[in-house]
Amino acid sequence: MKLTIASLALLLALSAGLKPLPASAQTPSSARDSAPIDLTGYWVSYVTENWRYRMVTPAKGEYRRIPASPAALPLINAWDPAADEKAGLQCRSYGAAAIMNVPGRLHITWQDANTLRIDTDAGTQTRRFRFGDALASPKRDNAKAGASWQGESSAQWTKTASNEGGSSLRVVTSNLRAGYLRKNGVPYSEKTTVTEHFDLAPLAGGGQLLLVDIVVDDPVYLNAPYVTSPHFKKEPDGSKWDPTPCSSTW
Amino acid sequence: MGPDAMLIDLVARRTVPVIALGLMMVLLGASRASAQFEFTGSWAPIGTEDVQNDSLPVDYLGLALTEEGRARALAYDESQKSMIDRQCQGWGAAYGVIGPFGLVASAQTDPATNRVVSYTIESWEDWNGLTIWMDGRPRPSQYALHTQEGFTTGRWEGGALAARTTHLKVGGFIRKTGVPLSDQATLDWRFYRHGDVMTVVMIATDPIYLVEPEIISKSFRLSPRPLDYKTPCVPGYEGREPGDGIPHFLPGQNPFADEFIKFYSLPREAVLGYPETLYPEYRKKIRATYVPPPPCKEACGQAGNFVRRREN
Repeated sequence: MKLTIASLALLLALSAGLKPLPASAQTPSSARDSAPIDLTGYWVSYVTENWRYRMVTPAKGEYRRIPASPAALPLINAWDPAADEKAGLQCRSYGAAAIMNVPGRLHITWQDANTLRIDTDAGTQTRRFRFGDALASPKRDNAKAGASWQGESSAQWTKTASNEGGSSLRVVTSNLRAGYLRKNGVPYSEKTTVTEHFDLAPLAGGGQLLLVDIVVDDPVYLNAPYVTSPHFKKEPDGSKWDPTPCSSTW
Repeated sequence: MGPDAMLIDLVARRTVPVIALGLMMVLLGASRASAQFEFTGSWAPIGTEDVQNDSLPVDYLGLALTEEGRARALAYDESQKSMIDRQCQGWGAAYGVIGPFGLVASAQTDPATNRVVSYTIESWEDWNGLTIWMDGRPRPSQYALHTQEGFTTGRWEGGALAARTTHLKVGGFIRKTGVPLSDQATLDWRFYRHGDVMTVVMIATDPIYLVEPEIISKSFRLSPRPLDYKTPCVPGYEGREPGDGIPHFLPGQNPFADEFIKFYSLPREAVLGYPETLYPEYRKKIRATYVPPPPCKEACGQAGNFVRRREN
């Protein structure tokens, strides 16, 4: 029986060694402490896709590659940036459904142990990703007061078992003010939900790439989800951080 | 100890270690498998991102080209693909993400161990497909055969499938309008899956034709129906006679050089793929001089393969 006991002991020891339980698995920990990937730091847009829709303001009336619904077309053709500016709505193209595609820099920090904060220098916007149960089910009723350009974002880490750097941050945002998907007035409504995944990839020379998969779902102005995947390069510091206010024309 | 007890002890001595070993293998396998996602299947293109713009002949937006890369691209005449010996040449490995089609991925397994030896992304009419070797085989010598599809090895890194392609043949492209990739180029791939959306990131590095890596990310949606792009390429007469020269443009004589620039009122240095145009600073630089194009009157709307929302 010595052999059998020894075999079982070996099995248990090896099993324990395969997946050592982190301290976080034994005691509740904050989102910051349990973060499987580190998104903090300064990141710059690397605009290799959708250049014509992001780096310059496209022609009025153009909405190519956006599955706009018939309800959106009158708004697209009525786009009036001067009127937006006059009405104080110059941040319409900087809302959560569009901001990650606006060329600029991100500064990602932990506001507190369960809130990841993203500041953008383009449009000087702030997004707050809240972890935990309080926002586990994002509010669907956007008619109530409090809707904003960046809305309310609930976040969770989606870890893989091996935890070798492939883990992801999932963020669901709603309670948005109606805004523009592009600078030239392609609209999204207050009923929009934005689902994002943040992933990291290595770049040559020790660099890092931040990839953001964005799915915008709007039952009013989109016929189908609008999917984009802008990416960012990590910068060593904030020396190129250049806050600029929202503009309805540029 | 009686005979029964002796028998039980004997069986236990021989079977428990085997069971223990089996359990260990199951646990190891489970640990490895749980880091992966189901890669195989049909992935339809979503088409909401513009990774190669309008395919006008001279459109190098979003690229960081060397002078040599730009010169080669401007010398390219798309009529080259009408030559009968080039019609079925294909577009090289990078076309998997810049092309318009979806991905059909399958796995090849070792029949003895059932382990994945390779993944294959099937070919299209004008693409040779991609085989990702997952069995840890070494990369061949730098002097080994270079092909349109190159040589690709892969591994699972956390929740992503990471792969690297080398051994590309001269004549590949990073954009269908003739922007070249050299045989020294490397393509690094990452495949991420979130629900029924898979996003592929391709990072192309080329010391000959690219100043900075070209990074393209493209999303695909799991298709409920199998996709089939296996239309065979059949060469035929397209106006080029045997003995005709290779169509090309001499330096400074590309008649399409200004077409895209004028069509959308775009800055020349952006259309010609200068590196500074990829960063936000450039947007601020051109703010004062940019003149937007006139309102769109035709072909203003959707282009792409959208998955329509189900009607309730």
